[in-house]
Amino acid sequence: MSLPTPSGGSASEGRAISRGDVAHLAKLARLAVTEDELDLFAGQLDVILQSVATVGEVAADDIPPTSHAVPLTNVFREDVVRPCLTQEQALSGAPAAEDGRFRVPRILGEEQ
Amino acid sequence: MTSVADLMAYDEVLDRFDPVLGLEVHTELNTQTKMFCGCTTTFGAEQNTQTCPICLGLPGALPVVNAVGIESAIRIGLALNCEIAQWCRFARKNYFYPDMPKNFQTSQYDEPIAFNGWLDVLLDDGSVFRVEIERAHMEEDTGKSLHVGGSAGRIHGAEYSLLDYNRAGVPLIEIVTKPITGTGERAPEVARAYVSALRDLLRALNVSDVRMDQGSLRCDANVSLMTKDATEFGTRTETKNVNSLRSVERAVRFEMCRQGAILATGGSILQETRHYEEVSQSTRSGRIKETAEDYRYFPEPDLVPIAPSREWVEQLRATLPELPWERNNRLKADWNLSDEEFRDLVNAGALELIVATVDAGAPADEARSWWVAYLTQQANTRGVELAELPITPARLARVIVLIAEGKLTTTLARQVVDGVLAGEGEPDEIIAARGLAVVSDDSALLAAVDEALAEQPDIAEKIRSGKVAAAGAIVGAVMKKTKGQADAKRVRELILERCAEQ
Repeated sequence: MSLPTPSGGSASEGRAISRGDVAHLAKLARLAVTEDELDLFAGQLDVILQSVATVGEVAADDIPPTSHAVPLTNVFREDVVRPCLTQEQALSGAPAAEDGRFRVPRILGEEQ
Repeated sequence: MTSVADLMAYDEVLDRFDPVLGLEVHTELNTQTKMFCGCTTTFGAEQNTQTCPICLGLPGALPVVNAVGIESAIRIGLALNCEIAQWCRFARKNYFYPDMPKNFQTSQYDEPIAFNGWLDVLLDDGSVFRVEIERAHMEEDTGKSLHVGGSAGRIHGAEYSLLDYNRAGVPLIEIVTKPITGTGERAPEVARAYVSALRDLLRALNVSDVRMDQGSLRCDANVSLMTKDATEFGTRTETKNVNSLRSVERAVRFEMCRQGAILATGGSILQETRHYEEVSQSTRSGRIKETAEDYRYFPEPDLVPIAPSREWVEQLRATLPELPWERNNRLKADWNLSDEEFRDLVNAGALELIVATVDAGAPADEARSWWVAYLTQQANTRGVELAELPITPARLARVIVLIAEGKLTTTLARQVVDGVLAGEGEPDEIIAARGLAVVSDDSALLAAVDEALAEQPDIAEKIRSGKVAAAGAIVGAVMKKTKGQADAKRVRELILERCAEQ
C-alpha cells in the first residue's frame, strides 16, 4: 500500500509520515484529532512505520510482497442458499430502525 | 441545474471538439446467492430479509467466495476476448457511507480477473465499431438508500436515510472500456450500441438478468472533449443513473453539448460525478470525485487469492454458448435476409422478439411479418418500443399457430392480437369471449353461400358455365355475411361444389 501524498503540514526530513498525512488519514477515517494529537500520532506512527520498514531491508527484490500468511488459493463455496437472518434479527443491533430499515443520520455532501 | 441556454449546438461541438468516451457497466450476476455469503439474491423481497452476519459486516464474520461468481466472471472475460489473470486478489475499497455496512466494498483493484479485451458493436448503418475493453473485475453490490424528508427523495435537504441491505453483497461485475476515441458524431450512438451489445452478450451467457429497469445492468458514462489540435484528453465527467439504452445515448449527447458550451467560453470542466435525470433528459452535478488513493485500497486479508488454472479456464471457454454476433450471422442466413433487412430488424428492436416467437413455436417468416408490420404499427401508434407492447412472444406464437391450423383468418387474428394488447388475456380466451373463431360449420357456411348465390344470380351463372374466377365476388359476399369469420379457402370450395351440383 502506498501512503497518501503529504497534503499539508511540514514533513520533517527523514520522516515516513507527516503531520499533514495524519490529518488527511484522520479525515478519511472520520476521526476528530486535535492539533496536539496530530503531532503525537505523527511521531508514534513514524516509529511504527520505520520499524516495519526494517523488514524491507531483509526482503530482496526476488521476494514478492506477502498479503496472506497461508499458502492457499481458490477457496470457494457452492452457490447454495443458506438461511438468512429475519428482519427483526437483522435490525436488532441497529441504533435506530424504521419501516424495516436501518435508520441513519442524514448524509451531507457525499452522494455516491 | 443547467439550463438549455448553457448547451452548445451538437454540430458546433463536433466542429470544434473530438469526444472521448469511457463506459463502465455494472452487471449483477444471477447467482442464487451473494458473492461472499449464502444469502439469497431474489429481487424485490421485503427489506432486510436477505442478510446475514457476513453481508451485514458483523464482527468476526468471514466471507467465502461464491464459485459460480468466479466462473461467471471468467466466462464474461472470455466472451469479451480478454486475458484471464493467472493470479489475482480481492481488495478492500474503504469509504464511509451507509450503503455498505462494512465501511468498505470488497472489490478488485489493480489485479482484475479479466483484462485487455474487445467487443465489436453493430451500428445503425450496419458497420461495426470495435470497443476495447480495459478490464472486467469482481465486486459486490451495495445496499439501497431511501432518503426521507427534503424534496423528491434526494439527499439534499433529507432529514435522515433508511437502508435496506438485501442487495448488499450481490455479485457484481464491473466492465470498463479503454478510452473510446474516433467516434466523432457517432459518440452517443456508439455508447448506446456498446451497452446494447454487452447486454445481449451477458444475456446469451446467462450470467445476469440484464434488466436496466431493475438495476441489474447499470451504465456510468465518462465523457470528455478534446480540441481538434489537443494531444491529451480533456477533463471528464462521470454520469451515473443512466437506466435505459435511450438514456445512455441522451446522456452522452447532453454532456458533449454542456461541456462544449463551458469550454467555448474559456471555462474548465470540473471532474465530478453527475446524475442523469430521465425527465429533463439532462445531467446534474453530484459529488466531486475522490481521487483513487482516498479509497485506501489494500488486499482483502479474509479472502485468499484466486488462481484459475489454464485447464479450468479452457473448460469454461468450452461452455460459452453461441455468442450474439455468431447467432446473428446464422439467423441472417437461415431467414435468408440481406444485411440491410437484418439491420432493420435489429434497429426496430424486433430481433429478440422474433427469436422468442419462433422458439415458442411459430414459423420464422410469420413471426417476422407480425413484428415488423402490424405490431410495429401498433407500437408507433402508442409511441412505445416494440418490446414494451403488452404482448408476449408466446401469445403471438399461439395466434400464428391458430392461423396455420385454420382456426383464425388474418383478419380475425388481428382482432385477437388487439385483444391481447388490450389486456384481455390469452388468445384462446379472447377468441371465446369475443366469438372470433372461424366458422367451420359447413352447414352455416352453406346457408351463407346459397344466400349469396341467390342474391347474385348472374355471377352464379358465370361460375356454372366454367368461369371459376368469378367465384371471388361470392367469396367476398360470404365473408361479409360471416363478419370475416369464415375461412376464405373453404368458402371457395363450397361455392364451387354448390355450383357444380346445380
